[in-house]
Formats: sequence, structure tokens, C-alpha cells
Amino acid sequence: MSTTTVAHHDDHAEHPTGIMRWLTTTNHKDIGTMYLTFSLIMFLVGGSMILAIRAELFQPGLQLLNPEFFNQLIGVHALIMIFAALMPAATGFANWMIPLQIGAPDMALPRLNNWGFWLLPPSAILLTLPFTLALFGIGDGALATGWTFYPPLSVQGGIGVDFAIFAVHLLGISSVLGSINIIVTLFNMRAPGMTLMKMPMFCWGWLITAFLLIATIPVLAGAVTMLLTDRHFGTHFFDAAGGGDPIMFQHLFWFFGHPEVYILLLPVWGFIPQILEAFSRKPMYGYKAQVYSLWAIGALAVVVWAHHFFTAGMPVPALLYFMYSTMAISLPLAVLFFCWIKTMWKGSMSFETPMLFAVGWIILFGIGGLTGLVLADVAADAQYHNSYFVVAHFHYTLFAGGIMGIMAGTYYWLPKMTGHMYNEKLGKLHFWLTAISFNMTFIPQFFLGLAGMPRRIPDYALQFAEFNMISTIAAFVLGLSQLIFVYNIVSCARGGKKATDQVWEGAKGLEWTLPSPPPYHSFTEQPVVK
Amino acid sequence: MAQLDEAKELTQKERLDFKNKNLVRKLIWMAIGSLLFAFALVPLYDVLCSLTGLNGKTNNTAEVLSTAKVDNTRWVDVQFTTSVMPGLGWNFYPKLGSVKVHPGQIETVIFVAKNTTNEVVVGRAVPSVTPGIAAANLKKIECFCFVNQSLKPGEEKEMPLRFFVSPALPKDVSEMTLSYAFFPSALVDK
Repeated sequence: MSTTTVAHHDDHAEHPTGIMRWLTTTNHKDIGTMYLTFSLIMFLVGGSMILAIRAELFQPGLQLLNPEFFNQLIGVHALIMIFAALMPAATGFANWMIPLQIGAPDMALPRLNNWGFWLLPPSAILLTLPFTLALFGIGDGALATGWTFYPPLSVQGGIGVDFAIFAVHLLGISSVLGSINIIVTLFNMRAPGMTLMKMPMFCWGWLITAFLLIATIPVLAGAVTMLLTDRHFGTHFFDAAGGGDPIMFQHLFWFFGHPEVYILLLPVWGFIPQILEAFSRKPMYGYKAQVYSLWAIGALAVVVWAHHFFTAGMPVPALLYFMYSTMAISLPLAVLFFCWIKTMWKGSMSFETPMLFAVGWIILFGIGGLTGLVLADVAADAQYHNSYFVVAHFHYTLFAGGIMGIMAGTYYWLPKMTGHMYNEKLGKLHFWLTAISFNMTFIPQFFLGLAGMPRRIPDYALQFAEFNMISTIAAFVLGLSQLIFVYNIVSCARGGKKATDQVWEGAKGLEWTLPSPPPYHSFTEQPVVK
Repeated sequence: MAQLDEAKELTQKERLDFKNKNLVRKLIWMAIGSLLFAFALVPLYDVLCSLTGLNGKTNNTAEVLSTAKVDNTRWVDVQFTTSVMPGLGWNFYPKLGSVKVHPGQIETVIFVAKNTTNEVVVGRAVPSVTPGIAAANLKKIECFCFVNQSLKPGEEKEMPLRFFVSPALPKDVSEMTLSYAFFPSALVDK
């Protein structure tokens, strides 16, 4: 394609219409929209699964689900929320915003980008298909091992495990392709004058995430491949009978699994400071300190994995190492927290929906981080391991820290992406309902865990009944209030008050210099950054 | 003039393409590298385990007879547990739940296995020692776990284990547990 036709496309935004536009698009905005839409749909799918589980846990005893189906829902809920809701949402923002933030015309590898997205729907189908197949008497449903695939259960499990393994392969390829694309874009496509240390924080968060993905997703792919050969080709990687070791799987899995936590959170740590500075109307505090902290967390992420299975058996020196290195992560994270708070300090703050989510996010994510320190303590972990305390902890980090962060970003960028303002009243209502019902869902689970209720069990002792009842009611409120979010997004995409270019009074960055919505092809002439 | 501009533009675009391809190649190698790393972790894990005793693996061939002096100054309590894995229709238990030995002293204990099915079944016992640090110090001279065990329908068999605890056992370990899991040997030999 010659450059003249590119210039020609500029003013017309020519593209195929209908389904072909989306199947063949190489435009970063289209692909970003597809990622975000996919993520929203899968968020609702994964959410409905957990509501079925909460309904079962409403009362002790077995009422609605049989235990096998309960176990399947738990594992698939986690896989969907992590791989099909949170990660695609972050990738969607990356596709939409990174080229706009660095003044690039598009992502560096647009066709790879298209392929990266279209690997996702098949893998979502692979994950959920076993449920449908079981209805027709084929196989015994989806994987029932929890999302962690621990052998020997996963070696003995039914076809659901194979489906999940192939889904993970596809999702892994998709994320690695996406990461390669983002790294190349960030290294080679920045506008003249934008040095690495002038990049918006969101770009930094994603750069480190992308490197973590390339370093760890292949390890997961390797581990599940070993599982596959153990299941069908007579190898003994994890089979004690043949000299293998099931504990080795836990090491391989969490070598990926722990960095995965930061893969989910780093993009959020990127754009939350941008939201804070916009609504505090003063520059971000400690830009350099934040960048270095992000790198420090990225580096520490790959050397702390074994704290996920302290109780599986390890020599004492190893326990101590993994405990102290895990706790060390709280140091750079504390630097980030102080920077976020200092950014707001004495600012002229206003509380539009994105800011409400961002401030609520700091508090709730803080609770998630601090309860993580409790679990990092080897002595305490022996008590809390595999209890509801762990469930509550990681939902504070991944629902509050991950999804509520994504919601902040959605409200922040939605007017830019659609060209319309969303309904501010509904946005605020959505925030308060989400924040309150989220806490009502998971605070009781901390107490349940402390009292010894184990996770992943469909039935429980009578003394846990009240807390479970509160948790279930709140979970349904939490789930239903997400419909406000969906309604707000859809109605904002369809119309509403016209958004200005700047949208938010204090918003900084190149994406706010473009019209809302930005033209189909933007920054064909790269801007110069001073 | 316009043509000149276009030519310049093209070389810039080409330069970018070249830079991109170069970086993509490096990143793909990085991804392949981490995939290989995952498989390299398998032998690395075994090395690490034998150094630290992480997975409680013991010797699986006969140890030479002990020439070490018996350390009469301390006792070690060696406990036995057994389990039968799914698919093996056996009863399997130790005659004694535990024995007290001096490090260096040779001891024989008997395990009993009974085939409760009405076909010939071959099984293989896989041992594991806790705490892991003691695994390397439990030396087996003769063990039913070194070879496959075959039982006729209804047959009951007494199977001996001769072992000693190496005097090199760290002073703070006074108890260890030896666990045997009997697997159907079809699983082992597959």
C-alpha cells in the first residue's frame, strides 16, 4: 500500500461493513473495541457462574448443584475471569490507547493484532463447550480441578481437562502475540521527542506486563503440555508411580501463576495514576519512582512463586526465602501507594465516576495487599491456606484491584472512545452499589476463612451459615449492579451528550488532543513531543 | 518533488519495518526460550530435590551394607504408613506402626499385602520420606519396592524391608515417616 492511499483513507475511514469489518480489521481502535466487548461478555458469563455457586452456598447442604458441577463451575469461573475477562480488557485498552498515547498511527503489527484477538473466541468456546457436551451425554463436563490444574486430579480427570489445556494453549498464543505487538509498538513507534521516560504511565505498566507475559506464559504452556502427555502418551512428569512428582507441577504452574497476578494488575497501576492526576488537577507525583517500582515488582514477581503452596512441603530455608522475598514486594508497592496518595494531596479534586472508582480502588486494593502480607507469613499461612481467607484476599486484589480498576479506566476513556458522555448519575450509582456489595460479599469471607471454612467445597458446617447467607445476598446485588454498567456503556455508545476533545478538565496526554471519537486513522502525521 | 518525498517516506517506512521485524524476531526467541526453560526445569527440579530432599525420594536400588559405627547415643523413631492407589485391589499394611532404631543399626520390618481380587495383579510400591531432609539418610538394603510384586488371586504375602538410618542424619531429626504407596504396575510401566 502506498502512502498516498493511506492519506486518502484518512478523511474517509473506508472499511468493509458488517461482519467483514470486524473479521478482517487491522485497525487498532476496531480491535480494541472487539477486545473490550469480548471481555465484557465473558465478565458476565463468568459472573453468572459464580452466582450459581453462591446460590448453592446460600445454605448448608446440597440444594441446587451436584458437587461435580460445583467443582467445574469454580475452575471455569476463574479461568474465564482471568484469561477471558481481565486480560482481554487490559489488552483492549492497550490497543485503543497505546497508539493514541504515544502518537503512533496504529500498532506496529496490525495483522498479528487481528489474529491475536480472533484466537480468543475459539478458546472461550473450548472452555465452556464441555458443559454443553455433557448435556448430550458426551464426557462428564468441564475441568473439575479448579483453575490450577493440580495433578493427580487433572491427570485422572475427564475430557474437560483436555479442552481446558487446549484453551490455555490458544489463550497463551494470543497473549504472547499481543505482548510482542505492544513491545514493538512502544519501542519503535513513539512520536519524535517522546523518550521512554516521557511515556504515559499506562504504557510503562503494559511494557512490563508484556515482558512478564512473554517470560511466563510459555512456562504455563509447557506445564499443561506435560500434563497432556501424562494423560495420553504415557509420560510420567507428574506421576509418582513412574518416578515423577505432582509437586513439580505446582512449581511450574506458579512460576507462571504468580507473575500472572502482576500481569493482571500492572496495566491498572499504569492508568490509575493518570486518572488521579486528571481529577486532582496537578501533575503525577513521583513519575520516576513509580516507573522504577513497577520494574522492581516485575522483577520480584518471577522469584516468589512458592508462597502459593507453603503447605505442600519445602525445606525450611526455602520457606524462609519465599516468605521474605514475597514480603519484599510490599516495599515497591508501598512506594506506589504513597505516590498515588501524594498525587491527590492538596489537589483540587472532583469526584466524577472514574475518580470515585480510582479512589475506592486504592482503599480496596490496599486491603487486598495487606491481607496478602498475612498469607505470606509461613507460620500464619499454615492456618489460612486453602481457606476462604485466601478467596477473600485474592478477590480484593483481582476484583477490586483488577476489575474495579478496569471500570475506572472504562469510565475515563469511554467518552473518548465513543464521542458521547455516559450517564454520570448511573455511573455513580454503579460505583456505590459495586463498592458496598463487594465489601459485603467478601468481608464475611475473611471471617469464614479465619474460622476455618475451606474453599472449593459445596457444603459447609452449620456455624458458617450466617456469613455465607450475607455473602450470597451481597454477591447477587454485586452481580445485578453490573447490569447498570452494561446499560451505561451501551447507551453511551449509541448516543448522548457530545464529548469535548479534552473530555476531563485535568486530563493530560496526546489521546486528549484528538477529537472524540478519534478519526478512524489518527496520527498519520506523528506529533512532536517537547 | 512529490516523488522525492514519497521515496524518502518509503525508506523511512522500510527502516521501521526492518526495526520491527528485528525486534519481533528477538521477542519470539525469548518466548521459545521460556518454553524450553519450562522443560529444562524438569531435570533441574530433580537435581534440586536430591540436594534438598524436597520430594522425600529415597534410594531405589539396594544400598551397600553399613560399615558405619552404630550411634548408641540417640534414638530415631521410624514410622510407617501405607496407601493403595485406585485401581489396585489390595490390602497393604505394615506389621509394626513404628520402630525405634539407633543410627547405623540394621533393622528388618515386615509389610503385608493381600490380593482381594480374583485375578493375578502386579503392583509396585513407591516410597517417600518425611521430613524431606531425612530422605537421603534412610538407607534401604533390601526392599520389596525395588521390584514389581505379583500376587495370585487371594494370595497374602509378607514383604521384608531391611534398612538403616545413616549416622549422618542431622541431630535435630528424631522422627521420620516412611510412606509406601502401592500403584498398579501397569501405571508404572506404561
